[in-house]
Amino acid sequence: MSTATITPKGPGTLRGARLPKWSPYAIAAGSIALAVGIGLAGGLHSRVQWGLIAAILYVVGTYAIATAVEGKRQAKDRIATSLVWVAFLLAVIPLASLVWSTVARGLKVLDVYFLTHSMGVVADTEPGGGIYHAILGTLEQVGLATVIAAPIGVLTAIYLVEYGRGRLSQAITFFVDVMTGIPSIVAGLFILSLMLMFDMQPFGFAGSLALAILMMPVVVRSTEEMLKLVPNELREASLALGVPKWRTILKVVLPTSIGGITTGIMLSIARITGETAPVLLLVWGNAFINANPFEGAQASLPLYIYQQYANSAGSGAAYDRAWAASLTLIAFVMLLNLVARGIARWKAPKTGR
Amino acid sequence: MAKRIDVSGLTAYYGSHKAIEDISMTVEPRSVTAFIGPSGCGKSTFLRTLNRMHEVTSGGRVEGKVLLDDEDLYGAGIDPVSVRREVGMVFQRPNPFPTMSIFDNVAAGLRLNGNYKKSELSDIVERSLKGANLWNEVKDRLNKPGSGLSGGQQQRLCIARAIAVEPNVLLMDEPCSALDPISTLAIEDLIGELKERFTIVIVTHNMQQAARVSDRTAFFNLAAVGQPGKLVEIDDTERIFSNPSVQATEDYISGRFG
Repeated sequence: MSTATITPKGPGTLRGARLPKWSPYAIAAGSIALAVGIGLAGGLHSRVQWGLIAAILYVVGTYAIATAVEGKRQAKDRIATSLVWVAFLLAVIPLASLVWSTVARGLKVLDVYFLTHSMGVVADTEPGGGIYHAILGTLEQVGLATVIAAPIGVLTAIYLVEYGRGRLSQAITFFVDVMTGIPSIVAGLFILSLMLMFDMQPFGFAGSLALAILMMPVVVRSTEEMLKLVPNELREASLALGVPKWRTILKVVLPTSIGGITTGIMLSIARITGETAPVLLLVWGNAFINANPFEGAQASLPLYIYQQYANSAGSGAAYDRAWAASLTLIAFVMLLNLVARGIARWKAPKTGR
Repeated sequence: MAKRIDVSGLTAYYGSHKAIEDISMTVEPRSVTAFIGPSGCGKSTFLRTLNRMHEVTSGGRVEGKVLLDDEDLYGAGIDPVSVRREVGMVFQRPNPFPTMSIFDNVAAGLRLNGNYKKSELSDIVERSLKGANLWNEVKDRLNKPGSGLSGGQQQRLCIARAIAVEPNVLLMDEPCSALDPISTLAIEDLIGELKERFTIVIVTHNMQQAARVSDRTAFFNLAAVGQPGKLVEIDDTERIFSNPSVQATEDYISGRFG
C-alpha cells in the first residue's frame, strides 16, 4: 500500500519519522482496491457496500500505518483528518449524484419553448408544453410571501435584539421557535380553514400567506443572529454622539449587518420556493397561465413537478417535463444563493486602506 | 463652550449590584480631570453616568445629581439624546463605523442627528480632523474606510468624530490603553490642545499619563471585590502626586497598593 521513509530517531532530536506526502492517496487507493477485491470475492452486489468497506479500510489503514511509522499522537491526528474526509465524501456523493441525475434527465426537454409555454392545450400524457405558467405562479407567490414575511421578520428581530426585555420578548422568542417547527402542511391547513370559513376558491395569494408563515421564523432567527454580531461598541459610539436609538439602528446597526440579513432572507426564500404541500392545498395548480395571484387557481414549480409525476401514467413525456422543471427549480434556488452571496460580499464592511 | 460639571451624591447600579456609591465632585470648565484607581472601582461607570450612557447597559440605574452648568442631567424631562450631544465620549477601543468612510465617520454625528447644512459639512469635517491632528495623514483618502487606519489614527478619528458635534464636555475612557507610546503621545498632546475649548474628563490606568495631562486628579477605590467603588479624594494633580491627603492614594500611586 505504501512505503514509508523511516529516518533514524535518535535521542534528543525533534525530527520524528514522517509518512510521505502522498501516503493518504496511496492508502486511499489501496483500501479501494482491497474493498473491490473483498466485494468481488464475497459476491457483494451493492456498490454502496463496496464504498463503505473502502471507507472503513481507509480509516483503519491510516491509523494502523501511522501508528507503526509515526507514533500514537500523529496517528490520532491522521485518523481525525481521514474521518473528516470520509464524512465530506459521504455528504458530497448524494449531492453530486442528485445534481447529476437532475441535469442528465432534465436537459432532455429543457429549452426556450419549454420555459415560455404553458400546459394549456397539452394533455399530461403527450409531449410538448412547458412551465411558463408554473414559473409565473412561483415568482408571484414567493414574491408576495417575501413582501409579507421579510419586513415583519426583520422588524421582529430588531425588536428582540435592540428593544426586547422581559416577558414579551421571551414569549416572542418562544413562539418563533414554535413557528420554526410548524410542518408546511399545517400552515397550509391553517390558511385553508380560513379560506373555507369565508367560502373562497383556491388562489395564489392564499399560498403566499401560508409560505409567509413558514418564512417568517427563519427570517427572524437569521436576522437576530446577524444583529447580535454587530459589536455593542458601535451602538455606544453612535449613542454617545447624541444619535437617537432608532437612528442608530437604522444608520449604524442595519448597514453593518445588511449583508448577513439579505443572505438570511434569500436563503429563506430558497427554502419556501420548494414547498409543495401548502401550494397543493391552497393554489391547486392550473394548466393555463393565470397571472393574477388574487383570483383563480395558479400553478407553481414544485406543484407542477408533483402533478406531472403523479399524472404521468407511464408516459415518458410527463416524466421528462417533471425532471426539466426540477432542474429549473434547482437553478432558480442556486441563483438566489449566488445573489445572496454577491450581496453579502458587496455590502460587507470594508477593510481596505 | 465648555461647561462645569457638578456631581452630588451619585450612586449607580447594575441591576441590584451597587457599582459606585455616593460620589460628589466638581469638574472645572476648560480643564482636564483624570480618574485613577484599580480595575473594577467604578471609574468607567462613573464616567458613563456623566453623559447618561450608563443606562444604556441593561439594568443600569442612577441616583443622585449631575449638574451641567446648573442643569440636572437626571432631572425630569431631560432627553438623554440631547445630553449626549452636550457631553461627547471617546471609548477605550477605537470604534469607527466600519461601513463608513473617514469623511462619513467624522460627519456621522451631524448627519445622523440631521441638523447640518450641506455646504458646512466638509468645513466641519476638515476642522474636526485638524482638531484631532489627523488631517495631514488622511486628507488624501477621506473616501477610504475608517477601519483601514492604524489603531492610533482610528482613535484620533474617533476623537474627531466626537468633537465634530461641538460638545461642551469630552469624556475619555482609557483612550490610550490600546495604543503604542507614539500614538499615546499624539493623543496626549491633543488633549492639551482640546482643553482650551472643552471640559475634559479622562479615565486612565497610566499614572504618568494622569500626571502629564491632567490639572486635577480623582482617586477611586473599593473596599473589597463586590463592594461599591468610592471616590477617595480629588485634588490638584500636583498635590495628589506629591503630597496626597489620604494614605490609600499615596500607596496606590507609589505602587504599594494591595
